[in-house]
Amino acid sequence: MVTTTRRRETARARTVAVVLFVVVIALFALTLSYGDFQISLPDVVRSLFGLPTPAGVDYVMHDLRLPRASVAALAGLAFGLAGAIFQQLLRNPLASPDVIGVSQGATTAGILTSMVLGLDGGIVSAAGLIGAVLTALTIYALSWRKGVGGYRFILVGIGIGTVLTSITSFILTRSDVKIAAEAMIWLTGSVNGRTWDQIIPLAVAVLILVPLAMILGRTLTGMQLGDDLATAFGVHVQRSRFALLIVAVCLTGMATAAAGPIAFVAFMSGPIAARLVGGGRPVLIQAALVGSMLVLVSDFIGSHLLGSRQFPVGVVTGVIGAPYLLWLLATANRSGRGG
Amino acid sequence: MPLNLEADRLSLGYGERTIVRDLNMHLPTGKVTIIVGPNGCGKSTFLRGLARLLPASSGAVLLDGKSIHSTPSREVALELGILPQGPIAPDGITVSDLVSRGRHVHQGWFRRWSGDDDDAVTAALTATGTIDFAARPVDELSGGQRQRVWIAMALAQRTGILLLDEPTTYLDISHQVEVLDLLTDLNEAEGTTVVIVLHELNLAFRYADHLVVMKDGSVVTAGNPNDVLSAEVIEDVFGMRCQLVNDPISNTPMIVPIGRHRVGVPDD
Repeated sequence: MVTTTRRRETARARTVAVVLFVVVIALFALTLSYGDFQISLPDVVRSLFGLPTPAGVDYVMHDLRLPRASVAALAGLAFGLAGAIFQQLLRNPLASPDVIGVSQGATTAGILTSMVLGLDGGIVSAAGLIGAVLTALTIYALSWRKGVGGYRFILVGIGIGTVLTSITSFILTRSDVKIAAEAMIWLTGSVNGRTWDQIIPLAVAVLILVPLAMILGRTLTGMQLGDDLATAFGVHVQRSRFALLIVAVCLTGMATAAAGPIAFVAFMSGPIAARLVGGGRPVLIQAALVGSMLVLVSDFIGSHLLGSRQFPVGVVTGVIGAPYLLWLLATANRSGRGG
Repeated sequence: MPLNLEADRLSLGYGERTIVRDLNMHLPTGKVTIIVGPNGCGKSTFLRGLARLLPASSGAVLLDGKSIHSTPSREVALELGILPQGPIAPDGITVSDLVSRGRHVHQGWFRRWSGDDDDAVTAALTATGTIDFAARPVDELSGGQRQRVWIAMALAQRTGILLLDEPTTYLDISHQVEVLDLLTDLNEAEGTTVVIVLHELNLAFRYADHLVVMKDGSVVTAGNPNDVLSAEVIEDVFGMRCQLVNDPISNTPMIVPIGRHRVGVPDD
């Protein structure tokens, strides 16, 4: 009985991960192949492997679509994983980095370096990372009362986020209209027109941080039951939580620097993955893949399905995410949990 | 054999506030100890201190003679388990998954889920009579069933010492008795040292091998309920007059409270 239930739950979690992975690959391929300039799937594969292709294919692939698809997939992965870590660690669906100010920290730092200091590329990534880490540490310090509890962390985070958003707005109003307009697109979250020197730092971060999150995430099965039981199980609660939060914050910072704060991806991925997997297990890899999927789908919708105008990906995720946030806030108090 | 557990001049508190002061106590190995006392007497704080959920402000908790705080937390978790008050289950978690979490300390970097783990979980579910709902979500269970599932989780950890903070709160009388019977079964079958903080005095007197009565962070009296209890002790500790009569079922003391009303002999 126990063994079968356990096996069934494990099998479902695994199946969900595999299916999501296949869907992400399919969407990635679709992003590479579909557009004003159609590229057949065989040509997509040939071009990826550096084999000869018809004229124009290599340019569209390597200079336009591959950067776009890569940043979408990687940023989605990073946001999805970071959101799930935050939510599961603080045991609250509202506790994702885009709700509690960490993304805003990366955003403000990004705007500061690119618009005020006029820098770009890897420096902006580094600034985003530092901004996210500093913001998270500030929230951590301000909400510390012999340990960090969920609610205080979230409320302090929302407050800090608001402060940072006003700083960002202030910088924008003081700057040149044309530059501000460009910045607005990044602020909405966009995967269009990315260059490799923006993507490579994110790819490296993902390669290091995702496996680290998986290893550290093993303590989540204990921490999900609260600090007391986790301690009873022999988990070093404060230490493990801090390490996991830092990983999640770095993922948020790097993804924000590369693609802007794509609205609600971190916030939605965890709950969607949890719903797909069922039960109460921690879902990290599944949430990461859901994040990738959300950004790839939203970008596809924004660039191809909304008439002749192209919309940045953040507009589409915002349209999907905002009603979910309202629904969560509306039902949270009624059921006595969550927010 | 469970290891020895004792408090050595243990003081506990939150911030500046000291709640338990210089407490010495040996928890009898392989026996059921029940701690009672009025609200705010520090009994839960003491239990949390014993389980290293709260650091000692002075003194120490000794597990097998060694301070629990200088022993690696994982090693302690193999010997001592605790079920805190009012734990919250993750949304949607199934009974078997929740009980499996009790095996957390037995998992490691290189040690994955094994047959031993399955056996421990199955045994815990069987002992608590919850095996029939193993596949169901915890949210769907009644309060009594849920409490038994949490106890199953604590049992699955297979520790020689088990501490429980008010495991019968919110349960109706039949489930209270059921939970205490279950813990007595465990104590008799495995020789587990059981320490329970309990509100229900009559049940505490009945089920305790060793009763600890606390007031204002200190122990007023401790020992076999038949030896250490008197109406004066109860009046002193709980501030209420009472009569102690013999519980006809268990031959242990039983409290009959005396309030201001309904104390005369009815006139008909």
